[in-house]
Amino acid sequence: MSSDQDHLKETDTEARFEFKKEQKAAFVAEKGLTEETIRVISEDKDEPEWMLERRLRALKQFQKMPMPTDWPGQPDLSEVNVDEIVPYIRPDVEVRGGVDDWRDLPDDIKDTFDKLGIPEAEKNALSGVGAQYESEVVYQNMQERWEEKGVVFMNMDQAVQEHEDIVKEYFMTKCVPPSDNKFAALHGAIWSGGSFVYVPEDVTVEMPVQAYFRMNSEGMGQFEHTLIVAEKGSEVHYIEGCSAPKYSAFNLHSGGVEVFVGEDAHVQYSTVQNWSKNTYNLNTKRAIVEKGGRMEWISGSMGSKATMLYPASILKGRGASDNHITIAFAGEGQNIDTGAKVYHNAPETKSTIESKSISKDGGRTNYRGLVHIANGAKNSSTAVECDALMFDNESTSDTMPYMEINESTVDVAHEATVGKIGDEDIFYLQSRGLDDDDAKQMIVSGFIEPITEELPIEYAVELNRLVELEMEGSLG
Amino acid sequence: MATLEIKNLHARVAEEDGEQILRGVDLEVKSGEIHALMGPNGSGKSTTSKIIAGHPAYEVTDGEILLHLEDDDFGDLDIPDDARTWNLLELEPNERAALGIFLGFQYPAEIEGVTMTNFLRTALNAKIDEREELLFGEDDEEEEEEAGYDTSPMEGNVDDGEVGVAEFQQLLKEKMELLDMDEKFMQRYLNAGFSGGEKKQNEVLQAAILEPSIAVLDEIDSGLDIDRLQDVSKGINALRDEQGTGVLQITHYQRILEYVEPDHVHIMLDGKVVKSGDASLASELEDKGYDWVREEVYEAA
Repeated sequence: MSSDQDHLKETDTEARFEFKKEQKAAFVAEKGLTEETIRVISEDKDEPEWMLERRLRALKQFQKMPMPTDWPGQPDLSEVNVDEIVPYIRPDVEVRGGVDDWRDLPDDIKDTFDKLGIPEAEKNALSGVGAQYESEVVYQNMQERWEEKGVVFMNMDQAVQEHEDIVKEYFMTKCVPPSDNKFAALHGAIWSGGSFVYVPEDVTVEMPVQAYFRMNSEGMGQFEHTLIVAEKGSEVHYIEGCSAPKYSAFNLHSGGVEVFVGEDAHVQYSTVQNWSKNTYNLNTKRAIVEKGGRMEWISGSMGSKATMLYPASILKGRGASDNHITIAFAGEGQNIDTGAKVYHNAPETKSTIESKSISKDGGRTNYRGLVHIANGAKNSSTAVECDALMFDNESTSDTMPYMEINESTVDVAHEATVGKIGDEDIFYLQSRGLDDDDAKQMIVSGFIEPITEELPIEYAVELNRLVELEMEGSLG
Repeated sequence: MATLEIKNLHARVAEEDGEQILRGVDLEVKSGEIHALMGPNGSGKSTTSKIIAGHPAYEVTDGEILLHLEDDDFGDLDIPDDARTWNLLELEPNERAALGIFLGFQYPAEIEGVTMTNFLRTALNAKIDEREELLFGEDDEEEEEEAGYDTSPMEGNVDDGEVGVAEFQQLLKEKMELLDMDEKFMQRYLNAGFSGGEKKQNEVLQAAILEPSIAVLDEIDSGLDIDRLQDVSKGINALRDEQGTGVLQITHYQRILEYVEPDHVHIMLDGKVVKSGDASLASELEDKGYDWVREEVYEAA
């Protein structure tokens, strides 16, 4: 075994995600959401006045907007009462903005990320790592060679201070305005932590950068904001990992992601989420892609009680392209509502969407997607493929692939399959010596293989393990 | 030497008012023997093969299927006295596989996303583990819970199981050469997009890897062109000659029997084996057709 794979020796994936740490914090906001709460959070972060104003404006929008309740087949959000949520917990660390040495973290926090395998992954396969614990980033580091080339990878709170001009221009202005949806507005009001990535013109960041978001406390909300600006001709792969242990009270994760893909730039955004089954995961992720640019969204949505997540790409410049690959797994009591949105707003734009979902033990997966081709987006093409695999007759899966095509010279392809796992397939594998469970597991890992093969090996392994655990029903 | 013994096997489709398909099949196949099972469509040949392997779509209403093992069946492995005769009908399909039963499918499943290498190595190791457990009641799963990947995760875990990745790849390569299969098949997904002929070659390849005591091959010759028929036949003969596998070959046609000469030929009609003989019975059948058998059987009755 090569040394750089040693960290994968830890096989008890269940234990790796399920442990809880005693809840210690330097600052805990009151439950609920008021103007006062927002002012206190902003002050605790020592933010400039304009950011506080944006937060307060977002809060007003949040209060005005109704909860989404009438989408066909959508998850039940009636339990999500924002007044029951602790919106902000600043972990008890000495250095605000994240240390750059794991050893400088308190033992319990360091141990958390050790268990999650983050420091090991950093050593072996990453250009940089950010690690968020509760509401703030506690560790942030990037290899010097990227820093020398002008690449910025820092926590979002710090970026507000140190890259104020860029943040002011891009932060929830042109990509994901708070008015977009109720949870984007909530996010705009109480966002905290997250990553800021800036890649200068023509720089290719060869190894991925990763951010890991861990919620440890009961009943809290995590609202990290990620802003990626990739200038002309640059290239970067950002990986996001998330998890939380299970508590009886619900947790809320409502992240916001904004990606600006410059001319001929290429951004890949990969997510492996493994929320506990009491977490509501309601995110808004969107990219704006300039001429000749390329955006790739790769998402593995595991865990959570309910997920609503539809990463979007706005193909703004001629020849811009998008690639979506999503996988969702819903077990007992879960409703995983995911999909993709692509707006073809320029000629010769191209998108491909590939969605795979698995439902088991009464779980529900939905594919909810939108492809919009604007009038004038001549010679654009889109291909959408959604496959759903169900384990039993109790599980459900719905496919809602909306298409709005306002241009005639376009190429549109759509395929969808919904099926129960094949008895003949299982028998075939059993007749070769695999038991029933292993046979099913092999079929599922093959079903998601087009996705795992896109990921770096560490994450492919991780995703496969998570799926195995989900199938055994052993994750909280 | 292993013996597969089918006695008075009655079976029906496992659903309400399911059709009775087998009405008293008797058949015995020993290691190292080649048997041909012939018969018109609907006579119960494929059903017999699926029931031997444990297909859940059929319900056995009478009779039994026994597997008798002897010391030399699993190499140097000593088989305990109380584990020498097995009632296959009490075992899961994978347990039957572990004890040396193999079914070559008429229509092999296509499994997307699972490479041949990963699949076959997983199957081989699962088979070895399960066999130990059945014979000696050992459950050493704990030990196997080690991880660590040297190769792509799609190739599976290097340390997992008896046969490691490198050793397995060598084994696979040798067997593929024997069957004149292109090495590129190793990295292809299991049967996905394979031609009819490639799928059949692959069934024989799997038997060569898993080294069964008894291989039941259901219409392995259908859909094969003459070149591939020869490759497949070579593979089947090698199963017998090099591994001592007993072969029960289900076929409609005399053609493959020219390349794989059977020691015994059986003819099924209406859910029973009605006539058995040596290789000459197949030629006679080719000349005279099933009506001849039917008439003979009726006359005898």
